[in-house]
Amino acid sequence: MNKRIVKLAAVAFVATSLAFAGCGSRTESTSGSSGSTKVAKIGVIAPLSGDLSALGLGIRNSVDLAIRQANESNAIPGWTLELAAEDDQATPDVGKNAATKLASDDAVVGVVGTLNSSVAQSVIPVLQPAQIVQVSPANTSPTLTRGSDLSNPKRAYDNYFRTCTTDDVQGPVAAQYLLDAGIKKVATIHDKKSYGQGLAEAFAAAFKAGGGTVVAGETINPDDKDFNAVITKVKSAGPEVVYYGGEYPQAGPLSKQMKAAGLNVPLMGGDGIYDPTFIELAGSAANGDLATSVGAPVETLESAKSFVEAYSNAGFSDPMGAYGAQSYDAANAIIDALKVSLKDATDAKSARAATITAMADVSFDGATGKVAFDEWGDTVTRVITVYKVTDGKWGTEKTLTAE
Amino acid sequence: MEFFFQQLINGLSLGALYALIAVGYTVVYGIVQLINFAHGEIFMVGAFGAFATWVLLGSPTTWSLAAALFVLLPAMILGGVVVSVAVALLTERLAYRPLRTAPRLAPLISAIGVSVFLQEFIRLFFGYIPGMPDSKRAIPFPSVEGISGASFQIGQVTVQMPAVFTIVALVVCTLFLWFYVNRTKTGRAMIATSQDPDTARLMGINVDRVIMAAFAVGAALAAVAGVAHGLRYGNIDFRMGFLSGLKAFTAAVLGGIGNINGAVVGGLVLGVVESLATSFIPGQFGSTAWKDVWAFALLILVLVFRPQGLLGAKVVDRA
Repeated sequence: MNKRIVKLAAVAFVATSLAFAGCGSRTESTSGSSGSTKVAKIGVIAPLSGDLSALGLGIRNSVDLAIRQANESNAIPGWTLELAAEDDQATPDVGKNAATKLASDDAVVGVVGTLNSSVAQSVIPVLQPAQIVQVSPANTSPTLTRGSDLSNPKRAYDNYFRTCTTDDVQGPVAAQYLLDAGIKKVATIHDKKSYGQGLAEAFAAAFKAGGGTVVAGETINPDDKDFNAVITKVKSAGPEVVYYGGEYPQAGPLSKQMKAAGLNVPLMGGDGIYDPTFIELAGSAANGDLATSVGAPVETLESAKSFVEAYSNAGFSDPMGAYGAQSYDAANAIIDALKVSLKDATDAKSARAATITAMADVSFDGATGKVAFDEWGDTVTRVITVYKVTDGKWGTEKTLTAE
Repeated sequence: MEFFFQQLINGLSLGALYALIAVGYTVVYGIVQLINFAHGEIFMVGAFGAFATWVLLGSPTTWSLAAALFVLLPAMILGGVVVSVAVALLTERLAYRPLRTAPRLAPLISAIGVSVFLQEFIRLFFGYIPGMPDSKRAIPFPSVEGISGASFQIGQVTVQMPAVFTIVALVVCTLFLWFYVNRTKTGRAMIATSQDPDTARLMGINVDRVIMAAFAVGAALAAVAGVAHGLRYGNIDFRMGFLSGLKAFTAAVLGGIGNINGAVVGGLVLGVVESLATSFIPGQFGSTAWKDVWAFALLILVLVFRPQGLLGAKVVDRA
């Protein structure tokens, strides 16, 4: 009996954990429809709750801003745009449910999202049969546009586009930056998710190709809090920089524990750690840490200034996050395509396929630079900026263009 | 060699954290034969209680070393303990006591409900308490001068002060617990109740009070673990109790559930195995990805060859 209770207990523990993956809140959608105009909706699928909500809320607000501006300027005569935001909790299953919900809404003509490449992998297959165009501001896994075999690329989904550059650009730029700075020995750590692993592998390959040595390659579990065992292992290999593939909820504590354990070398990561929350979590240990992020720094770009100003005037309670400008551009790219596809359409649903076709011709100057897509659906703007933490703030280090 | 000692220290301090939580599972199980699934959340609530105490003290960041160590830290521990114990007693009164005569599964399910409730409660409502930050994401835990981020060297081995704090806390708590159980009236009443509650009641022992004492003791240790967790990792969040609770439960079973010494030994063994497996198992099976596999493989082996756990259950099993 005793043992049976313990066994039951173990089963029950697992059951709770499963139950947790499914719960959460669902809210949202701002509106402002009026009179006799027809309504078309632009969806957002992003983590609006949980660890990554700082990024997700920035995405939602930026899309909201683009929609409000389009309505104000009456960008598409006869149509009012609305926002339909869904929470994916950074989880593929929840994202799939959100996509199904949006796809069944006849008014939805386009979706901005997702944040995570792993979530995109389950969202795109739902939106594609419904012919809903999807533009991601943040998915950096190369396979989403060019298929799983990168040496023999094949467009995976015709409805999928993105306004950010990919891991195979971001990783090598980081490697080049470190090699230029005279770094010869690095260790890599990633979180085993498709974003983290892809980034760390792309980085390691480019670093080796450039003449450097990868002295250790380790992984962590995203659920872990204690990284001391892996830090000790990495420390004994004596790297000059630790490159982390993953996101800030783990990167912040990792940086903190690295320095506490006496591994006083910078931690470098991709756009997933380029967020103020990273510094908040790592504390003073973050000083000297590096991150790459897609696009030129929003503050310095002439084209971004009006966006930054409009965002701060719009009265959102959350900051725009790392992907605000990309999300704003993604929404505007969809709106641009809708100008063509909705012009003669009788209802939103019948305009879906035409919107996808129209995306190929989208070209304008957005908040991140020129917004246009190549034959794979990737952005033509391939600019990466290296950022560094100094005195508890992210500062611009260097802007590089990948060939 | 220093590499081995470094991982050993990493493992011992991690294990000490597991052990502090595991004691709560074992004490309660020893007396009411209930696996208190909400115990991981009691640990989490303790950490939030300590954080709230820090905010109530005016969010001090520049206190001197002595003030931090002898005023701030004890105040935070005390605050955490008060909150944890209050929540534990409340759940005992509201969720477990009404079900004491119900079939075994009922309080177990009730415990899972409490666990979910506490997590969601902290997630949704902690931010509404005046002065407290939004708790939907991780909150930076206050750093205590002299402990957070501090470390010293023994040869090539780095010993971090939060690790020292965790291990010292475990030693102090274990001594206190031994004294409490073996040398006080309530403690002896606990032993009597765990052996035979009906006879204990006939002998004039207030069984309700003994059960409350068991929940309170476990919660107090969990709160200390919550503070240790905050100091070690610098962040707390509403989900931190889940995985730590699962590991601590594993530690309690490994050591022999119902046995306090077993919980301590089980915790330390689990922590050390996790750390050493990361470094000393060759090939890809030794990477961090596999450490939990080794920890749970050990648990299965122990349960197969020694079902009562490493130190066996000292309590009489009435089931």
